[in-house]
Amino acid sequence: MTAGGVSLPELPEPAVRLESTPIGAPAAARGRLTIDGTTVIGLVGVVLVGGLILTAILAPFLAPYDPRERVGIPFQRPSALYPLGTNDIGQDLLSELIYGARVSLTVGIVAATVALIIGTTVGVLAGFYRRIVGSVLMRFVDILLIIPFLPLLIVLAAYLGRSLLNTILIIGVLIWAATARVIRSQVLSLTQRDYIRAARALGASDARIIGRHILPRVLLLGISQFVQATSGAILLEASLSFLGLGDPLQKSWGSILYWAQVRGAFLTDAWLWWVLPPGLLIGAAALGFALMGFALEQRINPQLRSGR
Amino acid sequence: MSVWNTRPGPPAARRTKLASSLDRLGGRREAPDRATGADGADSKLLEVSHLSTHIWTRAGVVRAVDDVSFELDYGETLGLVGESGCGKSMTALSILRLVPEPAGRIVGGEILFEGEDLLHLSAEQMRDRRGGRIGMIFQDPMTSLNPVHRIGDQIAESARIHLGLSQRAASDRAVELLDKVGIPRARDRARDYPHQFSGGMRQRVMIAIALACDPILLLADEPTTALDVTIQAQILELIVSISAEFHTAVILITHDLGIAAGMCDRINVMYAGRIVESGAVDEIFNRPRMPYTSGLMASIPGLSTARGQPLRTIEGMPPNLIDPPAACRFAARCSDAREICHAGEPELTSRGGPDHHARCWGTDTGGWLP
Repeated sequence: MTAGGVSLPELPEPAVRLESTPIGAPAAARGRLTIDGTTVIGLVGVVLVGGLILTAILAPFLAPYDPRERVGIPFQRPSALYPLGTNDIGQDLLSELIYGARVSLTVGIVAATVALIIGTTVGVLAGFYRRIVGSVLMRFVDILLIIPFLPLLIVLAAYLGRSLLNTILIIGVLIWAATARVIRSQVLSLTQRDYIRAARALGASDARIIGRHILPRVLLLGISQFVQATSGAILLEASLSFLGLGDPLQKSWGSILYWAQVRGAFLTDAWLWWVLPPGLLIGAAALGFALMGFALEQRINPQLRSGR
Repeated sequence: MSVWNTRPGPPAARRTKLASSLDRLGGRREAPDRATGADGADSKLLEVSHLSTHIWTRAGVVRAVDDVSFELDYGETLGLVGESGCGKSMTALSILRLVPEPAGRIVGGEILFEGEDLLHLSAEQMRDRRGGRIGMIFQDPMTSLNPVHRIGDQIAESARIHLGLSQRAASDRAVELLDKVGIPRARDRARDYPHQFSGGMRQRVMIAIALACDPILLLADEPTTALDVTIQAQILELIVSISAEFHTAVILITHDLGIAAGMCDRINVMYAGRIVESGAVDEIFNRPRMPYTSGLMASIPGLSTARGQPLRTIEGMPPNLIDPPAACRFAARCSDAREICHAGEPELTSRGGPDHHARCWGTDTGGWLP
């Protein structure tokens, strides 16, 4: 299990770290980063993500075969015909990988959208009505952050059944907590601004203040949170699929790994073309989104902006 | 009205334009209550009685506003004067019921505005008064405008909330108001963002916002503190002329006695959460009947103050409002204090002059001060 470039049991952990304390760890690096450094990091992220998204969109043109068809003899080594070999039932692995980008990215992005919507709503409400509503909501967020993701994820996925929609909803419903926290803290600061007080003194209702003065100013922050949540969601989806809890009809990178593990690819030479490529792609996708999110956050969140 | 003459264009035409727009707004200008105010009828615009606002802190309950009562006539300008932390701003926030909760709360008293007690209004009715009948100008125009919205939209917002104007009518109104507060090329500037305005211009914008719904009472909380001295005069002049033109009553909160003297009809001097002296502006300045007021005036540096001579101050600090002494609150800092001052707190009693009241044993009947 350790042979494959990604050490799988540890997958959910970076997912958590990536979104809750994205900048927490490299405090020294943060100090050193110049604007240019941030730009470079962001660009690397954009290239990685852009490449993967293009791959997903252009999958029918890029993939040599239909990933669902049995196109060759099972367990083939890479060859000119099958660049990454074939799997246990004779499907082309490269084609599977290319189409897998669609599933992984879709789950990542849609789940992050779910998380963005829930997280922003909760964060804004908790920050605006900070007394009772805020306390209750934030205690709930605390609980959600404490619960170990993977076991809960597994239980939920096993209970609700294996489908793409369920995967998306489960992930989305679990990872919004960090977004809610960040948004709430921003709202707390915003509600103390003079112009919010001024708006209130002009008789603006709560709904109006939230809609006109608060939401537009947290949305940018929400976007950086969204990008980082995408990274986490991709990792979670890979974990779930690797454990065989993904949609059996939609092959993602995680489920390729699952079948590789089931068919013993980890123990043979086959890990080189069956395990390593999906592992690297998962890593690349997660990294790409995380880098983009990091760069965005550096730009957006003034507290994190390095001295200048 | 003199201020308008300094601005380009025929004032008469402008006034007609404004008047016509006001007709559109339902002829609020001809509201009968203003007529009553002009007649000097005995009903007051604002009657604050026994208002107490407390703030709960770790150390205890701070009596920020302690049993404060005062009145305000239609069209009158009242100054609330005092040093930092004496309760001036809290008084204004109490009137708007915007005391920062949950730490602060109005614990007693009543605030009769146009005959109805603001403290008994529902949240929605209160919201209707804020920005509608009661306008507010804030201290710092640099932070009181939302940096991401256009100036015109921010002025229009109030008109849309309270007058229910359409987007278009509201932005016309915004341009009109910008023009009114002396922003040149108002139609162009309405499309600008706050960062494109200087401090003085932003304060003009804040005034335009406060005036957007034609308020009958304007609360100005240190409106010029954040501005250059040269701009201060312009802004004050603007407030004065607008209040005169629209017959708007003004409560001016300031720590600057000079400003209060120049603008106000009457002055309330506040100290440690209480009104310690109130009266017509001439009375207060010519015959202060409370050593604190005299002390405040003495500490204004004059041109005749010799170079190198230390500025005069009032020694000491205001008392802790968590557990104020059951004595005259100024006694500890008062050079004229006698035993009685430390024994009990004097009431706010009449000092003979028109509506002149003070809270001082020394100047009360039989007192030892002149």
